[in-house]
Amino acid sequence: MKIVGLIIVAVTGAFLIYAAADFPAWSDPASPASTYLSPHFIEKSMEETSVPNIVTAVLADYRGFDTMFETTVIFSAGVVCFFLLRISRREEPESRYYRHVLTGVTIQLKEGYKMPPSDDFEQIDAAWTPPDLIVKTACRILIPFIQLFALYVIAHGHHSPGGGFQGGVILGASVILFAISHDLRSAVRRMSEKLIAILCAVGVLIYAGTGALCLLLKQNFLDYSVLAGVLHVDPITARSHGILMVEIGVGIAVLATMIWIYNNVSSAGRYRQGL
Amino acid sequence: MTDLISTVVAKYNYWIYITLMMIGLYAMIVKNNLVKKIVGMNIFQTAIILFYVSIGVKKGGTIPIIEHGHGQENHVVHAVDYINPLPHVLMLTAIVVGVATLGVALALAIKIYNNYNTLEEDEILAQVRGK
Repeated sequence: MKIVGLIIVAVTGAFLIYAAADFPAWSDPASPASTYLSPHFIEKSMEETSVPNIVTAVLADYRGFDTMFETTVIFSAGVVCFFLLRISRREEPESRYYRHVLTGVTIQLKEGYKMPPSDDFEQIDAAWTPPDLIVKTACRILIPFIQLFALYVIAHGHHSPGGGFQGGVILGASVILFAISHDLRSAVRRMSEKLIAILCAVGVLIYAGTGALCLLLKQNFLDYSVLAGVLHVDPITARSHGILMVEIGVGIAVLATMIWIYNNVSSAGRYRQGL
Repeated sequence: MTDLISTVVAKYNYWIYITLMMIGLYAMIVKNNLVKKIVGMNIFQTAIILFYVSIGVKKGGTIPIIEHGHGQENHVVHAVDYINPLPHVLMLTAIVVGVATLGVALALAIKIYNNYNTLEEDEILAQVRGK
């Protein structure tokens, strides 16, 4: 099998290298990829959408329909992870452990007994290890700045590298960092599964809803210029605002999906301690 | 000889992407462990992303964000000054979708491990045939 694989890889690689001889040289300004369509976008996107970042303009306006379904793909990936892994049946372990947060005293409850709801105790697993103090404190200081940066990346996607996808991933990463540095249970307590699922759907809904709004105003799906009447700006600025709206939708969807996938995969759907 | 070197230097981005892609393909075909196959798939994907991004490069071009300031909204933009934004748009979504599909692949691997108690392909096949 190894030999066969090696032969297949060598033959394919040789064909690709042979084909690469016909490709344009690296960083050639006159290469076919850079001569037909892209000059139009580079020269016109500023006057057509008033968004200086051409990548954002193409992503959310010229190719808005494609990006909407990319967002849907991400949403469905989150849903697939949930349906594959989540163990919905609540199987309570025979005995549960509760730890007093301040003193560290752990009590064990046998099956059938219930813990009165209290903020002083947190439920832990049998294989619980205390989170490292240095890691915990460092993450606690870092996470707010990471989230602030993520919001900047989303909001500033028009004028600098950034946008909904990037900002959403950074936001999701901050929550995942919290789950790694503490444990999954405290992360889920702060951001419940229901909230994540709703945010995931709301993100896609904002995107599709913006498109449907354009449709309701008697214009093509995702043609933001018609939003000018609603927003009281000129049609060009309206397109830039429409891009911001869908970028926010993308950001929310990506944020929720990243956390959802992490929660399900890291705990194999049990939502206990996680990694 | 200098001819060969100059052709290689002019197109070394393609050589890098082909090498990376073949490493990924080899891992996907030969490796026995499912997680290693998934890692191979991701290396393959990274090679494609590098390929696309390297297509967009123009010598002397800057990032595709138009220089702008108040009062000069209507200045003329030359396409030669900015690199090609279209491959970046395609890869931007591909990266995030890649992470999402990686999550799905890992979820499937977890499911398989729960069922067969192994991630080695030959052991899983033996168990499937044995039943």
